[in-house]
Amino acid sequence: MSKVNAILQGTLNWVDERFPLTSNWKAHLSEYYAPKNFNFWYFFGSLAMLVLVIQIVTGIFLTMHFKPDASLNASGVPVAFASVEYIMRDVPWGWLIRYMHSTGASAFFVVVYLHMFRGMLYGSYRKPRELIWIFGMVIFLCLMAEAFFGYLLPWGQMSFWGAQVIVNLFSAIPLIGPDLSIWLRGDYVVGDATLNRFFAFHVIAVPLVLLGLVAAHILALHEVGSNNPDGVEIKKKKDANGIPLDGIPFHPYYSVKDIVGVVVFLMVFSVIVFFMPEFGGYFLEYNNFFPADPLVTPPHIAPVWYFTPYYSILRAVTYPLFGIDAKFWGVVAMGASTLIIALLPWLDRSPVKSIRYRGPLYKGFLAAFIVSFFILGYLGMLGPTPMRTLVAQICSVIYFAFFLLMPIYSSLDKCQPEPDRVTSK
Amino acid sequence: MSCDDTVDCGRRRLLVATAAAGGVAGVAVAVPFVASMLPSERAKAAGAPVEVDISKLAPGEMMTVEWRGKPVWIINRTKEQLASLAKIGEKLADPKSEKNMQPAYAKNETRSIKPEILVAVGICTHLGCSPTEKFKTGAESGIDADWPGGFFCPCHGSTFDLAGRVYKSKPAPDNLEIPPHMYLGDAKLVIGEDKKA
Repeated sequence: MSKVNAILQGTLNWVDERFPLTSNWKAHLSEYYAPKNFNFWYFFGSLAMLVLVIQIVTGIFLTMHFKPDASLNASGVPVAFASVEYIMRDVPWGWLIRYMHSTGASAFFVVVYLHMFRGMLYGSYRKPRELIWIFGMVIFLCLMAEAFFGYLLPWGQMSFWGAQVIVNLFSAIPLIGPDLSIWLRGDYVVGDATLNRFFAFHVIAVPLVLLGLVAAHILALHEVGSNNPDGVEIKKKKDANGIPLDGIPFHPYYSVKDIVGVVVFLMVFSVIVFFMPEFGGYFLEYNNFFPADPLVTPPHIAPVWYFTPYYSILRAVTYPLFGIDAKFWGVVAMGASTLIIALLPWLDRSPVKSIRYRGPLYKGFLAAFIVSFFILGYLGMLGPTPMRTLVAQICSVIYFAFFLLMPIYSSLDKCQPEPDRVTSK
Repeated sequence: MSCDDTVDCGRRRLLVATAAAGGVAGVAVAVPFVASMLPSERAKAAGAPVEVDISKLAPGEMMTVEWRGKPVWIINRTKEQLASLAKIGEKLADPKSEKNMQPAYAKNETRSIKPEILVAVGICTHLGCSPTEKFKTGAESGIDADWPGGFFCPCHGSTFDLAGRVYKSKPAPDNLEIPPHMYLGDAKLVIGEDKKA
């Protein structure tokens, strides 16, 4: 046995002289000291990585059978739509791979939203973690682009009309808008050229950017160290060896903890994949089981659930301003609603990071924000009526007020003192 | 950039000039890639006009034809429907069709060549959905009690009258586009082409 060990050690030494394997293992896993008081909310970062892997692997296998072609086949069905049906019916286990991919898309947003909310609860975006937050926000934007491009590929009715609406958002930009949307589509209407390029963006361009950003997100995190539910810096109290007193090595402590999260996640994921892959029309919309028809918009169109809050904000703007159409301001409001989240590190002036020590003002604003986010999400799935538009307008104001008033209320708030070291029960 | 003993300013200038030239070349290389995403020659050539026979289109009926991949509606409006157009002016954003959303020959109250026949691109000027017809009047339409008939966009709730004119305070900024069109005889319509002369 010692002989085997000697050979293994020799091999490792050989590699280490040529590649920083052991040093990286230590820096990022076995000697990366994370606060010892991580709770439930800290599962979602590693789960997001898991879903990314699921999406890449299932995606690779789907591209082996999918055809990005909008022309009609011999039976008058668009080739792309027919190839998805072929994957579902004729490719061995194709239905499983596709349902994993389609469920994975929604799962991605569930874990990423929870991961972001964790950052808001515990002030993880605060100094010195602003860049982690920025990288994370760009990841979030890439993820939305990825979801949007991918949604066109099955070439169903919702695919087509969703892409039509989103590409037309760009035409609202004054002067260059109409030409810009033609350039994005590659045609005067959403068509074969659009489908082909969205395929290219979905399977190669955006995933490459996404992987690079994920690496940057984690490198930045490991440079400054993780925040924790108490929002205090563990690096301020170190032992004689320079190791944070409240830190424990990521591996094995959190690798094992995260495996528990992975197992629970995969149980839920499997139940959805096997028993409710359409999830009542929320993960796969019913209208997308009809092939794209450029002449008929379905009577009710709505984006997939993870886009509906921003979609509601888009629809809520019905007034022109400064002589420019409401359409343009709707697009601006929708863009701002996603980008403003990136400014949190500079909007938050509270003396404490964690929700545990924040005062009632912040808690009240956060609660109002979360409630209005859910209401906007719900309204975005429904058709517009005057009453619903009014509610969406009120919720949009609350949404923006949470961010824009934050410099004021976060500094006025009556906070409790932060502890010196992390607390645990 | 200061010139002292340790910096050879001649070489530094050469470096800057080389980097600038390289940068310009790099930007120039991006041009063909960006241009490759514009509509191809084939896509540009695909916009041929279409001919439609409207002899079977009874008053109050509507038909849809495809032109350049877009739905084009042809509606044969009844006398009552035409009469309703004049009454709702103050509810519309652009009742007199001032904005350039139609050829000159359709810049009139009915936005058409023949008063009863409306030809319009059935694409909402907001974000490109195709509105649905709501020809039923009043509360039965599900819109409001004095609805005179028209179109409702399911995406963002814009409403249009039976001349494709948009109502005020709706997301859509403009009236529906009237495509170039002309009549070859009484019941034959050409969409996508008009007599320039």
